[in-house]
Amino acid sequence: MSDAVLPPRLSPGLSPGLAPPRPRWRAGETLTAWMLSLPAVLAYWVLLLLPTLAAVALAFTDYELGMDGFAWIGLGNFAELMTDRGFLQAFRNTLFYVAVVTPGSILGALGLALLIEGGTRGRTFFRAVFFLPVVSLTVAMASAWQYLLHPTIGPLNAVLRQVGVEGPAWLSSSGTVMWALAGIGIWENLGFNLVLFLAGLTAIPRDLYAAAEVDGARSAWSRFRLVTWPMLGPTTLFVLTITMIRAVRVFDTVKVLTQGGPDRASEVLLHTMYQEGFTYFRLGYSAAITLVFLAIVLALMWLQTRVLDKRVHYG
Amino acid sequence: MAEREAPHDMSLWRDLPRLAVLTLLGLLLLMPYIWMVSASLKPADEIFRASLALLPERLAAAQNYGRVFSLLPVAQYLWNGVIVCGGILVFQLLFAIPAGYALAKLNFRGRELVFGAVMLGLLVPPHVPALPLYLGFSSLGLLDTYTALIAPSTISVFAIFLFRQFFKSLPDDLIHAARLDGMGEMAIVWRVVLPNAWPAATAFAIFSVVAHWNDLFWPLIVVSTAEHATPALGVLFFRTTEGDDDFGALMAAAVIMTAPLVAAFLLAQRRFVEGIATTGLKG
Amino acid sequence: MSGIRIEGVARRYGGTAVLKGVSLEVAAGEFVALLGPSGCGKSTLMRLIAGIDRPDAGRILIQGRDVTALRPADRDVAMVFQSYALYPHLTVEENIAVPLAMRRLSAPQRLPLLGRWWPGSRAARRAIHEEVGSAALALGLGSLLDRRPGQLSGGQRQRVALARAIVRHPAAFLMDEPLSNLDAALRVHTRREIVEIHRRVGAATLYVTHDQTEALTMADRVAVMQGGEILQVAGPRAIYADPEDLRVACFIGSPRINTLEGVADSHGLVRLGGYPSGLRLCGAAAGPAPVTLAVRPEDLYLSETGGLPAEAAGLEFLGESLLLHARLAGGTPLVCRLPPSYVPDLPPGSPVRLGFDPARALLFDARGKRLRDIAVVPEPALV
Repeated sequence: MSDAVLPPRLSPGLSPGLAPPRPRWRAGETLTAWMLSLPAVLAYWVLLLLPTLAAVALAFTDYELGMDGFAWIGLGNFAELMTDRGFLQAFRNTLFYVAVVTPGSILGALGLALLIEGGTRGRTFFRAVFFLPVVSLTVAMASAWQYLLHPTIGPLNAVLRQVGVEGPAWLSSSGTVMWALAGIGIWENLGFNLVLFLAGLTAIPRDLYAAAEVDGARSAWSRFRLVTWPMLGPTTLFVLTITMIRAVRVFDTVKVLTQGGPDRASEVLLHTMYQEGFTYFRLGYSAAITLVFLAIVLALMWLQTRVLDKRVHYG
Repeated sequence: MAEREAPHDMSLWRDLPRLAVLTLLGLLLLMPYIWMVSASLKPADEIFRASLALLPERLAAAQNYGRVFSLLPVAQYLWNGVIVCGGILVFQLLFAIPAGYALAKLNFRGRELVFGAVMLGLLVPPHVPALPLYLGFSSLGLLDTYTALIAPSTISVFAIFLFRQFFKSLPDDLIHAARLDGMGEMAIVWRVVLPNAWPAATAFAIFSVVAHWNDLFWPLIVVSTAEHATPALGVLFFRTTEGDDDFGALMAAAVIMTAPLVAAFLLAQRRFVEGIATTGLKG
Repeated sequence: MSGIRIEGVARRYGGTAVLKGVSLEVAAGEFVALLGPSGCGKSTLMRLIAGIDRPDAGRILIQGRDVTALRPADRDVAMVFQSYALYPHLTVEENIAVPLAMRRLSAPQRLPLLGRWWPGSRAARRAIHEEVGSAALALGLGSLLDRRPGQLSGGQRQRVALARAIVRHPAAFLMDEPLSNLDAALRVHTRREIVEIHRRVGAATLYVTHDQTEALTMADRVAVMQGGEILQVAGPRAIYADPEDLRVACFIGSPRINTLEGVADSHGLVRLGGYPSGLRLCGAAAGPAPVTLAVRPEDLYLSETGGLPAEAAGLEFLGESLLLHARLAGGTPLVCRLPPSYVPDLPPGSPVRLGFDPARALLFDARGKRLRDIAVVPEPALV
């Protein structure tokens, strides 16, 4: 933030001869600024900062709803998490979901973006088509997917039957449920990533492609390697982080379609947190899961700013 | 110069494979919609036959949709959705625009602190403060109210950040000119900054409405009756009360609840895409 | 042997014909400037020669080889783009090396890490490294090889783009307004530099610009283009002093050449609004016909008694000269270049008389084509 750079503070002991510096802030301006920010600051305190700190504190207690008091149990909740089969399953499932949805929706979106940008026809139309899931009510679309994937009456298995394959019970067998959920996840995230990639692609100067052709990049692949891929670097990194964070937050489809079942085969972090907190009212324990979730999100953001950012921005 | 278009203006013939592939993929992606609408028009026996015919032999639209309307307070859900999304948006803008302006254009003691708090807030997903907020609303007896639905989302650090970035790009001279014209700071916000905030406000509004119309997590926590249920909750309620058997009616309910936002999207497609792409940061 | 040869090239975008059958030849080792206002089709022509775009009609030959159907990579041309089009993720050295790497290294040899160990890769890479080094040295980029384009000044980027173009020793050079993004001082300097490079490399060069100073100072010949057509190709002096077309006469020179509407009578005597011009059309062109007479501002002078009566509209002091803006009785504006030493003040509205030497005036027919078969009438010239 260039605007956040402060003039070097003059240490009074070192510069006795200098006149006191002109006040950097005008009192009137400071007052106005704080008045303008006051509603936001208050809401920030009450609705965001305090509850977040409270959630952190809660994670170190054994508080349950309806209990009169609670006790500080230190890392007790986290110790329990380490041995909680359900939580560990949820953790693994979430990782699996992220590991499938992220590459799936990114590569899919990149491929689609290149196809759409490959010509001038139908650009707006196809962009709208693929973007549709982003604005569709997730709960409703999950119901549509449930019908589509229904083992006996679902159209997908009906198609499979036509070619002589007996399709699995996608959402109710533990072997396929995470794949089915991840498939829906890819479907949900594709349009969002596509729009970001399209924006990234249109920002690439056309002259670079012309230069690449004159320089001897004959094949589409070599032009992709020489121009498109490196120029998309910042977009790809952004899309990568965003998609991972969105994927870690998977909840709606699980809640609607499987409730974590069968036998916890599709339990994910936020759903476990919801169950512990609002079904079993083990708020302390639920808060501990929330912190694990927060830690993952923060780690992903840190990864973006610290590790990957340096490699893809060309100063 | 004159040629901004793609270098080779391809003939339709050569473009055909690309269009064909895109159409095929588009159809594949639209499958849930196609089957959702199709099933919402079919009677139960046709659905259970699992035929691959998209069009119903016997139109049961009246029956399915009628059932939804008779069993569900559909209008109530949609109205709740409008109230909640509208309420959230109004407060978000009310809080974020002045704060964004102060952070962008005013030089004041504590600005770095406020901005640091905003950046910190950006890191926290809304699920994190959910538990204590639930406890708070519960102890205030505010569960199952519009207040509980709206209040937690009224502070959007993302909106503050967005407006700050936007206002930073407004020329300083605009503010200086307003001061020279004798306007006070409040008048500047109201008469100069606000009218200029429209592009950012529209983009954010689309992002915010899409996010909260579709949100299930928070309404699920604080709302338990139909009286304050949002469309997302409405679909869920319908599923739990009616079971998973009546797919025709369930699909009809899904169509009804999905339709408003999808219709808005189709009407203002470009604005939606740009709004969500430019504010995509928050995810 | 010709370097670049263009035969009847046409190109349409949608409904508009951007190029209407353009023909042009650039001899081997020649430097030709393609000069025209923006939107005249000169950049399009350049992209057609490079192969970035294809013509609807006509042929393009490079060193006698028909390249019309070839890919840009196979045409043996290099191009310097207006935006420089440097690869922002590659260092200066890597940028300059791209044209060589793309041609000499196989696809597996170009792979990011593995490529280095592919058979034959090392020797090829070493050769490329050396050639890049010498190209960079020629342009004074030796100390910048590890930088990225984002860390360079505009002038340095421009040199990298030039180095990338010369490193391959192409048969033809194309430059698309390469100086337009530089500041004025740097532009004058780089102008000389590009001419020097051209002299050293010796490839046929086509240089697109809208700046007549660039075209006149740098080129062996100038091709003036307007509305998708080439109006005239000639040496800088001829383009200025001996234009074939009224549009060329008007486009070249600043301030613009003065144009006066006149009529040639049945004897061919040209009269300007009633005043004899001192010129007579001979041969087939003899009138009666409308003509346009054009005189450069430096060929007009203030006359005591003769010349055309006009009204002064203002003076502009330019340092090396003084411009007198005046208006004829009919409203036709005239600009006259006076020596800077000219002292008398001419307040707006004061009457002046402007004369010219008929031998230095240019005559054009109603279609704007130059009328060359003319004679100076001895007496009476301008009254």
